[in-house]
Amino acid sequence: MRLTITRFAVSFTVIIWRHVLKKFIHNLYVEFLIMEKQHSYSQVKGVSTGTTILAVKFNGGVIIGSDSRASMGESYVSSKTINKLIQVHDRIFCCIAGSLADAQAVTKMAKFQLSFHSIQMESPPLVKAAASIMRELCYSNKEELQAGFITAGWDRKKGPQIYVVSLGGMLLSQPFTIGGSGSTYIYGYVDAKFKPDMSLEEAKQFSINALALAMGRDNVSGGVVHLVVITEPGVKHIVVPGDKLPKFHDE
Amino acid sequence: MSEEMFPEPEWLSEEVKTGTTIIAVTFDGGVVLGSDSRVSAGESVVNRVMNKLSPLHDKIYCALSGSAADAQTIAEIVNYQLDVHSIEVEDDPLVCSAATLVKNISYKYKEELSAHLIVAGWDRKKGGQVYATLNGLLSRQPFAIGGSGSFYIHGFVDAEYRKNMTKRESQEFVVNALTLAMGRDGSSGGVAYVVTIDKGGAEEKCILGNELPRFFDQ
Repeated sequence: MRLTITRFAVSFTVIIWRHVLKKFIHNLYVEFLIMEKQHSYSQVKGVSTGTTILAVKFNGGVIIGSDSRASMGESYVSSKTINKLIQVHDRIFCCIAGSLADAQAVTKMAKFQLSFHSIQMESPPLVKAAASIMRELCYSNKEELQAGFITAGWDRKKGPQIYVVSLGGMLLSQPFTIGGSGSTYIYGYVDAKFKPDMSLEEAKQFSINALALAMGRDNVSGGVVHLVVITEPGVKHIVVPGDKLPKFHDE
Repeated sequence: MSEEMFPEPEWLSEEVKTGTTIIAVTFDGGVVLGSDSRVSAGESVVNRVMNKLSPLHDKIYCALSGSAADAQTIAEIVNYQLDVHSIEVEDDPLVCSAATLVKNISYKYKEELSAHLIVAGWDRKKGGQVYATLNGLLSRQPFAIGGSGSFYIHGFVDAEYRKNMTKRESQEFVVNALTLAMGRDGSSGGVAYVVTIDKGGAEEKCILGNELPRFFDQ
Protein backbone atom coordinates (compact mmCIF):
# COMPACT_ATOMS: atom_id res chain seq x y z
CA MET A 1 0.00 0.00 0.00
CA ARG A 2 2.84 2.35 0.87
CA LEU A 3 4.53 1.44 -2.36
CA THR A 4 1.41 2.33 -4.33
CA ILE A 5 1.04 5.66 -2.58
CA THR A 6 4.66 6.50 -3.17
CA ARG A 7 4.44 5.50 -6.80
CA PHE A 8 1.29 7.57 -7.14
CA ALA A 9 2.90 10.57 -5.42
CA VAL A 10 5.99 10.33 -7.59
CA SER A 11 4.10 10.12 -10.86
CA PHE A 12 1.82 12.97 -9.77
CA THR A 13 4.82 15.18 -8.99
CA VAL A 14 6.43 14.27 -12.28
CA ILE A 15 3.33 15.25 -14.21
CA ILE A 16 3.08 18.60 -12.45
CA TRP A 17 6.75 19.36 -12.99
CA ARG A 18 6.61 18.46 -16.65
CA HIS A 19 3.70 20.82 -17.10
CA VAL A 20 5.45 23.65 -15.27
CA LEU A 21 8.73 23.15 -17.14
CA LYS A 22 6.95 23.06 -20.48
CA LYS A 23 5.30 26.40 -19.79
CA PHE A 24 8.59 27.86 -18.60
CA ILE A 25 10.48 26.71 -21.65
CA HIS A 26 7.72 27.91 -23.96
CA ASN A 27 7.90 31.39 -22.41
CA LEU A 28 11.65 31.45 -22.77
CA TYR A 29 11.33 30.43 -26.40
CA VAL A 30 8.80 33.14 -27.14
CA GLU A 31 11.04 35.76 -25.54
CA PHE A 32 13.97 34.49 -27.53
CA LEU A 33 11.97 34.78 -30.74
CA ILE A 34 11.01 38.35 -29.91
CA MET A 35 14.60 39.25 -29.10
CA GLU A 36 15.83 37.64 -32.26
CA LYS A 37 13.27 39.45 -34.36
CA GLN A 38 14.25 42.82 -32.93
CA HIS A 39 17.93 42.07 -33.36
CA SER A 40 17.64 40.97 -36.95
CA TYR A 41 15.43 43.92 -37.77
CA SER A 42 18.04 46.37 -36.55
CA GLN A 43 20.74 44.52 -38.47
CA VAL A 44 18.79 44.83 -41.68
CA LYS A 45 18.18 48.52 -41.06
CA GLY A 46 21.84 49.45 -40.85
CA VAL A 47 22.61 53.05 -41.74
CA SER A 48 19.28 54.82 -42.07
CA THR A 49 19.07 58.28 -43.52
CA GLY A 50 16.51 59.52 -40.94
CA THR A 51 15.90 62.55 -43.04
CA THR A 52 13.66 65.23 -44.45
CA ILE A 53 13.18 65.44 -48.21
CA LEU A 54 10.83 67.48 -50.29
CA ALA A 55 10.01 68.32 -53.88
CA VAL A 56 7.93 71.26 -55.13
CA LYS A 57 6.64 72.09 -58.59
CA PHE A 58 6.72 75.76 -59.55
CA ASN A 59 6.07 77.79 -62.67
CA GLY A 60 8.61 76.40 -65.12
CA GLY A 61 10.41 73.72 -63.13
CA VAL A 62 10.80 71.73 -59.95
CA ILE A 63 12.84 72.18 -56.82
CA ILE A 64 14.00 69.10 -54.99
CA GLY A 65 15.61 69.49 -51.57
CA SER A 66 16.87 67.62 -48.54
CA ASP A 67 18.83 67.96 -45.33
CA SER A 68 22.29 66.46 -45.05
CA ARG A 69 22.44 64.24 -41.99
CA ALA A 70 22.98 60.46 -42.02
CA SER A 71 22.49 58.67 -38.72
CA MET A 72 23.22 55.20 -37.45
CA GLY A 73 20.77 54.07 -34.82
CA GLU A 74 19.31 57.12 -33.17
CA SER A 75 22.21 58.80 -31.53
CA TYR A 76 25.19 58.69 -33.85
CA VAL A 77 25.51 61.02 -36.80
CA SER A 78 27.62 59.17 -39.30
CA SER A 79 27.79 62.01 -41.78
CA LYS A 80 26.97 65.71 -41.48
CA THR A 81 27.17 66.59 -45.14
CA ILE A 82 25.87 63.72 -47.15
CA ASN A 83 24.20 64.54 -50.45
CA LYS A 84 20.90 62.77 -50.76
CA LEU A 85 20.03 64.23 -54.14
CA ILE A 86 21.18 61.80 -56.79
CA GLN A 87 21.24 62.66 -60.46
CA VAL A 88 19.90 59.80 -62.54
CA HIS A 89 19.88 61.73 -65.78
CA ASP A 90 20.54 65.25 -67.11
CA ARG A 91 17.28 66.70 -65.88
CA ILE A 92 16.02 63.99 -63.55
CA PHE A 93 16.97 63.83 -59.88
CA CYS A 94 16.07 61.44 -57.15
CA CYS A 95 16.10 61.76 -53.42
CA ILE A 96 15.99 58.93 -50.97
CA ALA A 97 14.53 58.21 -47.58
CA GLY A 98 15.07 55.05 -45.60
CA SER A 99 18.00 52.73 -45.67
CA LEU A 100 20.93 54.40 -47.36
CA ALA A 101 22.41 51.18 -48.69
CA ASP A 102 19.18 50.07 -50.33
CA ALA A 103 18.65 53.48 -51.84
CA GLN A 104 22.14 53.68 -53.33
CA ALA A 105 21.83 50.21 -54.86
CA VAL A 106 18.46 50.98 -56.41
CA THR A 107 19.46 54.35 -57.79
CA LYS A 108 22.64 52.93 -59.29
CA MET A 109 20.65 50.29 -61.13
CA ALA A 110 18.04 52.81 -62.18
CA LYS A 111 20.73 55.13 -63.55
CA PHE A 112 22.17 52.34 -65.65
CA GLN A 113 18.81 51.18 -66.98
CA LEU A 114 17.77 54.75 -67.72
CA SER A 115 20.88 55.54 -69.75
CA PHE A 116 20.34 52.37 -71.74
CA HIS A 117 16.72 53.30 -72.31
CA SER A 118 17.53 56.81 -73.47
CA ILE A 119 20.05 55.50 -76.00
CA GLN A 120 17.43 53.12 -77.37
CA MET A 121 14.80 55.86 -77.63
CA GLU A 122 17.35 58.34 -79.02
CA SER A 123 15.93 61.11 -76.84
CA PRO A 124 16.15 62.22 -73.20
CA PRO A 125 14.01 59.95 -71.00
CA LEU A 126 10.69 60.97 -69.53
CA VAL A 127 10.53 61.59 -65.78
CA LYS A 128 7.77 59.02 -65.63
CA ALA A 129 10.11 56.45 -67.17
CA ALA A 130 12.68 57.05 -64.45
CA ALA A 131 10.02 56.79 -61.76
CA SER A 132 8.65 53.59 -63.29
CA ILE A 133 12.06 51.95 -63.26
CA MET A 134 12.40 52.72 -59.54
CA ARG A 135 8.92 51.43 -58.94
CA GLU A 136 9.65 48.14 -60.71
CA LEU A 137 12.73 47.63 -58.58
CA CYS A 138 10.93 48.54 -55.35
CA TYR A 139 7.89 46.41 -56.06
CA SER A 140 9.71 43.26 -57.15
CA ASN A 141 12.04 43.40 -54.17
CA LYS A 142 9.59 44.71 -51.66
CA GLU A 143 10.48 42.11 -49.01
CA GLU A 144 14.15 43.03 -48.88
CA LEU A 145 14.17 46.74 -49.56
CA GLN A 146 13.44 49.49 -47.06
CA ALA A 147 13.58 52.70 -49.05
CA GLY A 148 11.19 55.22 -50.59
CA PHE A 149 12.02 57.67 -53.37
CA ILE A 150 10.98 61.01 -54.73
CA THR A 151 11.77 61.44 -58.43
CA ALA A 152 11.53 64.92 -59.88
CA GLY A 153 12.60 66.44 -63.14
CA TRP A 154 11.75 68.15 -66.34
CA ASP A 155 11.03 66.61 -69.73
CA ARG A 156 9.80 67.96 -73.00
CA LYS A 157 6.52 66.08 -73.05
CA LYS A 158 4.91 67.15 -69.76
CA GLY A 159 7.27 69.75 -68.34
CA PRO A 160 8.09 69.68 -64.63
CA GLN A 161 6.84 66.61 -62.75
CA ILE A 162 7.20 64.97 -59.36
CA TYR A 163 6.65 61.26 -58.71
CA VAL A 164 6.65 59.49 -55.38
CA VAL A 165 7.58 55.82 -55.09
CA SER A 166 6.63 54.63 -51.64
CA LEU A 167 7.98 51.75 -49.57
CA GLY A 168 5.88 48.97 -51.10
CA GLY A 169 6.18 50.19 -54.66
CA MET A 170 3.25 52.56 -55.23
CA LEU A 171 3.77 55.26 -57.86
CA LEU A 172 1.97 58.57 -57.47
CA SER A 173 2.26 61.94 -59.18
CA GLN A 174 1.86 65.05 -57.01
CA PRO A 175 2.41 68.82 -57.25
CA PHE A 176 4.52 68.75 -54.09
CA THR A 177 5.59 66.06 -51.71
CA ILE A 178 7.52 65.59 -48.50
CA GLY A 179 9.13 62.48 -47.08
CA GLY A 180 11.43 61.08 -44.43
CA SER A 181 11.19 61.09 -40.66
CA GLY A 182 11.27 64.87 -40.35
CA SER A 183 8.36 65.32 -42.71
CA THR A 184 5.69 64.59 -40.06
CA TYR A 185 6.47 67.90 -38.38
CA ILE A 186 5.90 70.00 -41.47
CA TYR A 187 2.70 68.50 -42.88
CA GLY A 188 0.71 71.34 -41.36
CA TYR A 189 3.11 73.96 -42.66
CA VAL A 190 3.23 72.74 -46.26
CA ASP A 191 -0.54 72.18 -46.36
CA ALA A 192 -1.05 75.78 -45.30
CA LYS A 193 1.63 77.44 -47.40
CA PHE A 194 1.72 75.65 -50.73
CA LYS A 195 0.19 77.46 -53.70
CA PRO A 196 0.13 76.03 -57.22
CA ASP A 197 2.14 77.98 -59.84
CA MET A 198 4.57 79.77 -57.54
CA SER A 199 7.52 81.70 -58.92
CA LEU A 200 11.07 80.40 -58.53
CA GLU A 201 11.84 82.73 -55.62
CA GLU A 202 8.66 81.84 -53.75
CA ALA A 203 9.22 78.14 -54.25
CA LYS A 204 12.81 78.43 -53.03
CA GLN A 205 11.71 80.28 -49.90
CA PHE A 206 8.95 77.73 -49.30
CA SER A 207 11.40 74.81 -49.52
CA ILE A 208 14.03 76.42 -47.33
CA ASN A 209 11.48 77.35 -44.67
CA ALA A 210 9.93 73.89 -44.64
CA LEU A 211 13.29 72.12 -44.39
CA ALA A 212 14.50 74.50 -41.68
CA LEU A 213 11.37 73.88 -39.60
CA ALA A 214 11.70 70.11 -39.94
CA MET A 215 15.39 70.17 -39.07
CA GLY A 216 14.56 72.27 -36.03
CA ARG A 217 12.21 69.63 -34.62
CA ASP A 218 13.53 66.29 -35.86
CA ASN A 219 16.73 65.16 -34.20
CA VAL A 220 17.76 62.87 -37.04
CA SER A 221 17.57 65.63 -39.67
CA GLY A 222 20.07 68.43 -39.73
CA GLY A 223 23.21 69.88 -41.24
CA VAL A 224 22.84 72.01 -44.33
CA VAL A 225 20.03 72.34 -46.83
CA HIS A 226 20.70 71.00 -50.34
CA LEU A 227 18.45 72.31 -53.09
CA VAL A 228 18.46 71.44 -56.77
CA VAL A 229 16.48 73.62 -59.16
CA ILE A 230 15.59 71.81 -62.42
CA THR A 231 14.29 73.84 -65.33
CA GLU A 232 14.38 73.57 -69.10
CA PRO A 233 17.69 75.41 -69.57
CA GLY A 234 19.47 73.35 -66.92
CA VAL A 235 20.12 72.34 -63.37
CA LYS A 236 21.37 74.47 -60.46
CA HIS A 237 22.60 73.17 -57.11
CA ILE A 238 22.18 75.49 -54.12
CA VAL A 239 23.55 74.83 -50.64
CA VAL A 240 22.26 76.81 -47.65
CA PRO A 241 24.53 76.38 -44.63
CA GLY A 242 23.11 76.09 -41.12
CA ASP A 243 23.75 79.64 -40.02
CA LYS A 244 22.02 81.14 -43.06
CA LEU A 245 18.76 79.26 -42.44
CA PRO A 246 15.72 81.32 -41.44
CA LYS A 247 15.08 81.60 -37.70
CA PHE A 248 11.65 81.19 -36.16
CA HIS A 249 10.14 82.62 -33.06
CA ASP A 250 11.89 80.65 -30.35
CA GLU A 251 15.43 80.62 -31.76
CA MET B 1 -16.25 29.16 -37.99
CA SER B 2 -18.61 31.85 -36.77
CA GLU B 3 -15.77 33.50 -34.81
CA GLU B 4 -13.70 33.86 -37.94
CA MET B 5 -16.55 35.35 -39.94
CA PHE B 6 -17.54 37.86 -37.26
CA PRO B 7 -14.49 38.83 -35.24
CA GLU B 8 -15.17 40.62 -32.00
CA PRO B 9 -15.29 44.39 -32.59
CA GLU B 10 -12.13 46.13 -31.54
CA TRP B 11 -13.75 48.70 -29.36
CA LEU B 12 -14.81 46.05 -26.87
CA SER B 13 -11.21 45.31 -25.97
CA GLU B 14 -9.16 48.36 -26.90
CA GLU B 15 -8.51 51.15 -24.46
CA VAL B 16 -10.34 54.37 -25.20
CA LYS B 17 -7.84 57.08 -26.04
CA THR B 18 -8.59 60.61 -26.97
CA GLY B 19 -5.86 60.50 -29.71
CA THR B 20 -6.32 64.12 -30.35
CA THR B 21 -5.05 67.57 -31.19
CA ILE B 22 -5.10 70.26 -28.52
CA ILE B 23 -3.62 73.72 -28.61
CA ALA B 24 -3.55 76.74 -26.31
CA VAL B 25 -2.20 80.20 -27.18
CA THR B 26 -1.78 83.38 -25.15
CA PHE B 27 -2.70 86.72 -26.62
CA ASP B 28 -2.62 90.21 -25.25
CA GLY B 29 -5.24 90.00 -22.49
CA GLY B 30 -6.14 86.31 -22.35
CA VAL B 31 -5.82 82.86 -23.84
CA VAL B 32 -7.47 80.81 -26.57
CA LEU B 33 -7.79 77.04 -26.26
CA GLY B 34 -8.77 74.71 -29.06
CA SER B 35 -9.35 71.00 -29.55
CA ASP B 36 -10.83 68.53 -31.99
CA SER B 37 -13.64 66.20 -31.00
CA ARG B 38 -12.73 62.63 -31.90
CA VAL B 39 -12.38 59.80 -29.35
CA SER B 40 -10.99 56.54 -30.69
CA ALA B 41 -10.72 53.01 -29.31
CA GLY B 42 -8.19 51.23 -31.46
CA GLU B 43 -9.38 51.89 -34.97
CA SER B 44 -13.00 52.78 -34.30
CA VAL B 45 -14.28 56.22 -33.42
CA VAL B 46 -16.42 55.86 -30.32
CA ASN B 47 -17.42 59.51 -29.95
CA ARG B 48 -17.17 62.09 -32.68
CA VAL B 49 -18.42 65.12 -30.77
CA MET B 50 -16.62 65.05 -27.45
CA ASN B 51 -15.64 68.40 -25.99
CA LYS B 52 -12.12 68.01 -24.71
CA LEU B 53 -11.92 71.45 -23.15
CA SER B 54 -13.17 71.07 -19.61
CA PRO B 55 -13.55 73.90 -17.13
CA LEU B 56 -11.52 73.80 -13.93
CA HIS B 57 -12.88 77.13 -12.76
CA ASP B 58 -14.66 80.16 -14.21
CA LYS B 59 -11.63 81.49 -16.02
CA ILE B 60 -9.40 78.40 -16.09
CA TYR B 61 -9.87 75.61 -18.58
CA CYS B 62 -7.86 72.52 -19.37
CA ALA B 63 -7.50 70.56 -22.59
CA LEU B 64 -7.46 66.75 -22.36
CA SER B 65 -5.38 64.29 -24.33
CA GLY B 66 -4.10 60.74 -23.93
CA SER B 67 -6.24 58.14 -22.21
CA ALA B 68 -9.79 59.52 -22.02
CA ALA B 69 -10.58 58.06 -18.60
CA ASP B 70 -7.35 59.24 -16.98
CA ALA B 71 -7.68 62.75 -18.35
CA GLN B 72 -11.31 63.17 -17.31
CA THR B 73 -10.56 61.90 -13.82
CA ILE B 74 -7.68 64.30 -13.35
CA ALA B 75 -9.83 67.19 -14.55
CA GLU B 76 -12.64 66.33 -12.13
CA ILE B 77 -10.33 65.93 -9.16
CA VAL B 78 -8.60 69.23 -9.85
CA ASN B 79 -11.96 70.95 -10.33
CA TYR B 80 -12.94 69.86 -6.83
CA GLN B 81 -9.60 70.79 -5.28
CA LEU B 82 -9.69 74.22 -6.92
CA ASP B 83 -13.18 74.91 -5.59
CA VAL B 84 -12.04 74.16 -2.05
CA HIS B 85 -8.91 76.27 -2.54
CA SER B 86 -10.78 79.26 -3.88
CA ILE B 87 -13.19 79.19 -0.92
CA GLU B 88 -10.24 79.09 1.46
CA VAL B 89 -8.47 82.08 -0.09
CA GLU B 90 -11.78 83.89 -0.72
CA ASP B 91 -10.72 84.87 -4.22
CA ASP B 92 -10.43 83.46 -7.73
CA PRO B 93 -7.62 80.91 -7.98
CA LEU B 94 -4.48 81.58 -9.95
CA VAL B 95 -3.83 79.65 -13.15
CA CYS B 96 -0.51 78.64 -11.66
CA SER B 97 -2.31 76.95 -8.76
CA ALA B 98 -4.55 74.99 -11.10
CA ALA B 99 -1.57 73.89 -13.16
CA THR B 100 0.34 72.88 -10.04
CA LEU B 101 -2.57 70.75 -8.82
CA VAL B 102 -2.70 68.98 -12.19
CA LYS B 103 1.05 68.51 -12.15
CA ASN B 104 0.97 67.02 -8.66
CA ILE B 105 -1.50 64.34 -9.68
CA SER B 106 0.30 63.61 -12.97
CA TYR B 107 3.65 63.27 -11.23
CA LYS B 108 2.50 61.24 -8.25
CA TYR B 109 0.68 58.69 -10.40
CA LYS B 110 3.09 58.90 -13.30
CA GLU B 111 3.29 55.12 -13.76
CA GLU B 112 -0.43 54.47 -13.72
CA LEU B 113 -1.77 57.43 -15.65
CA SER B 114 -1.14 58.35 -19.25
CA ALA B 115 -2.72 61.68 -19.90
CA HIS B 116 -1.36 65.04 -20.94
CA LEU B 117 -3.32 68.13 -19.95
CA ILE B 118 -2.72 71.68 -21.06
CA VAL B 119 -3.98 74.19 -18.47
CA ALA B 120 -4.76 77.72 -19.59
CA GLY B 121 -6.67 80.66 -18.19
CA TRP B 122 -6.71 84.25 -17.07
CA ASP B 123 -6.10 85.62 -13.59
CA ARG B 124 -5.71 89.06 -12.19
CA LYS B 125 -2.07 88.68 -11.24
CA LYS B 126 -0.39 87.62 -14.47
CA GLY B 127 -3.06 87.85 -17.17
CA GLY B 128 -3.36 85.07 -19.73
CA GLN B 129 -1.11 82.05 -19.13
CA VAL B 130 -0.63 78.62 -20.68
CA TYR B 131 0.96 75.74 -18.78
CA ALA B 132 1.97 72.38 -20.23
CA THR B 133 1.96 69.47 -17.76
CA LEU B 134 3.37 66.52 -19.64
CA ASN B 135 4.09 63.50 -17.41
CA GLY B 136 4.57 65.62 -14.34
CA LEU B 137 6.58 68.46 -15.87
CA LEU B 138 5.22 71.95 -15.29
CA SER B 139 6.26 74.52 -17.83
CA ARG B 140 4.82 77.91 -18.65
CA GLN B 141 4.90 78.64 -22.37
CA PRO B 142 3.55 81.28 -24.74
CA PHE B 143 1.68 78.50 -26.55
CA ALA B 144 1.44 74.72 -26.24
CA ILE B 145 0.30 71.91 -28.50
CA GLY B 146 -0.39 68.32 -27.55
CA GLY B 147 -1.92 65.05 -28.62
CA SER B 148 -1.16 62.75 -31.51
CA GLY B 149 -2.14 65.30 -34.14
CA SER B 150 0.27 67.88 -32.78
CA PHE B 151 3.30 66.31 -34.53
CA TYR B 152 1.99 67.41 -37.90
CA ILE B 153 1.66 71.03 -36.94
CA HIS B 154 4.95 71.63 -35.13
CA GLY B 155 6.36 73.27 -38.24
CA PHE B 156 3.25 75.36 -38.83
CA VAL B 157 3.01 76.76 -35.29
CA ASP B 158 6.78 77.41 -35.15
CA ALA B 159 6.51 79.46 -38.30
CA GLU B 160 3.24 81.25 -37.68
CA TYR B 161 3.26 82.14 -33.98
CA ARG B 162 3.99 85.76 -33.21
CA LYS B 163 4.05 87.45 -29.83
CA ASN B 164 1.27 89.91 -29.00
CA MET B 165 -1.37 88.79 -31.45
CA THR B 166 -4.87 90.21 -31.08
CA LYS B 167 -7.79 88.07 -29.92
CA ARG B 168 -9.12 87.57 -33.42
CA GLU B 169 -5.71 86.62 -34.83
CA SER B 170 -5.16 84.06 -32.07
CA GLN B 171 -8.54 82.49 -32.70
CA GLU B 172 -7.71 82.22 -36.41
CA PHE B 173 -4.30 80.78 -35.59
CA VAL B 174 -5.88 78.11 -33.37
CA VAL B 175 -8.56 77.18 -35.90
CA ASN B 176 -6.02 76.96 -38.75
CA ALA B 177 -3.69 74.78 -36.70
CA LEU B 178 -6.54 72.45 -35.68
CA THR B 179 -7.77 72.16 -39.26
CA LEU B 180 -4.33 71.26 -40.56
CA ALA B 181 -3.82 68.65 -37.86
CA MET B 182 -7.27 67.11 -38.35
CA GLY B 183 -6.53 66.89 -42.06
CA ARG B 184 -3.46 64.74 -41.54
CA ASP B 185 -3.97 62.81 -38.30
CA GLY B 186 -6.24 59.79 -38.43
CA SER B 187 -7.12 60.06 -34.76
CA SER B 188 -8.20 63.71 -34.84
CA GLY B 189 -11.31 64.95 -36.53
CA GLY B 190 -14.92 65.97 -36.14
CA VAL B 191 -15.62 69.54 -35.12
CA ALA B 192 -13.37 72.14 -33.56
CA TYR B 193 -14.11 73.50 -30.10
CA VAL B 194 -12.60 76.88 -29.28
CA VAL B 195 -12.71 78.59 -25.88
CA THR B 196 -11.57 82.20 -25.44
CA ILE B 197 -10.79 83.30 -21.88
CA ASP B 198 -10.15 86.91 -20.93
CA LYS B 199 -10.97 89.37 -18.17
CA GLY B 200 -14.68 89.21 -18.92
CA GLY B 201 -15.01 85.43 -18.67
CA ALA B 202 -14.93 82.38 -20.89
CA GLU B 203 -16.62 82.11 -24.26
CA GLU B 204 -17.14 78.68 -25.85
CA LYS B 205 -17.60 78.20 -29.55
CA CYS B 206 -18.06 75.15 -31.74
CA ILE B 207 -16.98 75.27 -35.37
CA LEU B 208 -18.56 72.60 -37.55
CA GLY B 209 -16.62 70.60 -40.11
CA ASN B 210 -17.89 72.45 -43.16
CA GLU B 211 -17.14 75.84 -41.64
CA LEU B 212 -13.45 75.07 -41.12
CA PRO B 213 -10.99 76.87 -43.39
CA ARG B 214 -9.86 75.09 -46.53
CA PHE B 215 -6.23 74.63 -47.50
CA PHE B 216 -4.65 73.37 -50.66
CA ASP B 217 -6.09 69.92 -51.32
CA GLN B 218 -5.91 67.96 -54.49
